[in-house]
Amino acid sequence: MQMRTVEISVGVFVLAGILALIVLVVRVSGVSLTRDEGSYLVYAEFDDVAGLRKRAKVSMAGVTIGRVADIQVNPEYGVAVVALEIDNGVGALPMDTGARILTEGILGARYVGLTPGADPETLEPGDYIEDTQGALVLENLIGDLVTRLGAS
Amino acid sequence: MIRLLRSLGVVALDRLASLGRASVIWGQAVWGLPRADDVPLLIRQIYNIGVLSLIIIVLSAFSIGAVIALQFYTQLQRFGAEDAVGLGLALVLLRELGPVVTALLFAGRAGSAVTAEISLMKSTEQLSSMEMMGVDPLHRIVAPRLWAGLICMPLLATIFNVVAIYGGMVVAVEWLGSDPGGFWSGMQDAVELWEDVGKGMIKSIIFALVVTWIAVFQGYDSEPTAEGIGLATTRTVVLSSVAVLALDFLLTLGMYGEFK
Repeated sequence: MQMRTVEISVGVFVLAGILALIVLVVRVSGVSLTRDEGSYLVYAEFDDVAGLRKRAKVSMAGVTIGRVADIQVNPEYGVAVVALEIDNGVGALPMDTGARILTEGILGARYVGLTPGADPETLEPGDYIEDTQGALVLENLIGDLVTRLGAS
Repeated sequence: MIRLLRSLGVVALDRLASLGRASVIWGQAVWGLPRADDVPLLIRQIYNIGVLSLIIIVLSAFSIGAVIALQFYTQLQRFGAEDAVGLGLALVLLRELGPVVTALLFAGRAGSAVTAEISLMKSTEQLSSMEMMGVDPLHRIVAPRLWAGLICMPLLATIFNVVAIYGGMVVAVEWLGSDPGGFWSGMQDAVELWEDVGKGMIKSIIFALVVTWIAVFQGYDSEPTAEGIGLATTRTVVLSSVAVLALDFLLTLGMYGEFK
C-alpha cells in the first residue's frame, strides 16, 4: 500500500481516538467546559451519619449545590463532624440553615439535605451549621417500635 | 524423585531465563526509540496494529454495548429504574469491559500478527542478516511495534467505550424507549473524570504494555521452524489473555478495592 494512504489512515485513526476521548470527557463524564467557580467549606455535627460517604451530594431544594468533603468523628462528644463543600455560585447560606442526612429512595445513597433559613446573618467559610438532624437508622426505629408495642 | 525435582528446577530456570531475555529485549527496544528517522516505521506499525484492528473493535463494541443495555434494561425495569441503564453501562464499560475486551481483541488481532511476522522473519533468517548488515533488529523491528502498541491500545479502548455507549443508547433509548434525559444525566452524575475515565485509561496503557511485550517476545524467542511459528502465535494469544485477565483483577483491587 502507498505510504501516503497509510499516513492518512493513521491520521484519521488518531483523530478518531482523540475525538472519542473528548466525547468521553464532555458527554459521558459531564465535565462542563465553563470554569469551576470554586467552593468553600462549612461544617456540621451529626449524632449519626449512618453510611454517608465522602463525595456524597449536598443538596438544597433538590438541587445539588456541593459535595461532602470529609467525615471525621469527634470522640470527645461522640459526634460525626462532616465537612461540606458548597459551590461558590450558590452564595452564602443563612446562619440558621438546617442540615439533615437523607436517603435517595428507600435503599439509595445517603446525602446531606440543607433546609434554608431566614437569618440575615450568613455562614462564613469554616462555620458550623447549628441545626442538624442525623440519619434515620432503620434498626433504631424498629427497636423503638418493638419496645412501644411491648409496653402497650 | 530426585529426577522430578531436577526437571522442576530446569523448568523454573528456563522460565527465569526467558523472563530475563524478555526484559532485556524490552529495555533495549524501548530505549531505542524515538528518533526522528524512525517515524515512518512507527506510522507503518500504527497502521498495521491500530487501523487494521479498528473494524473488529467497532463491531464488537457496538454489540457488547447493545447487549449490556438490553440486559440492564430488562432487569432494572422491574424496579422502575430504567434511568440507571446509562449509568450502569458507562461504569461497566469505562472501568472494566472497555480496557479488558479491547486488550483481548487486540491480542487476538494484532498480537498474533506481530508474533507471526517476527517469528517468520526469524525462521527465514531475516533478523540475523539484518544483524550482519549492522542494522539492529531490536531497533528496527521490535521497538516500532512496542511503541505502536502502546499508542494504539488506549486509542482503541477509548473508541471502544464511545461506540459501546452509543450502541447501548441505540438499544435503550431508540428501541426500548427509555428516557434519553435520564440516560445521559444519570451517566454524567455517576461518571467521574479521574475515577472512571482516567483509571480505565491507565488500565489500557498497562494492558498495551503487557500484550505487545508478550507478542514481540514470543516472536523474537520462537523456534525458527514452521511448528515454532504456530506455537509462538498460540502462546501469544493464550498468555496475553490470561495476563490481561489476571492483571485486571489486581488493578481493580488496587484502584477500587478500598473505595467501595
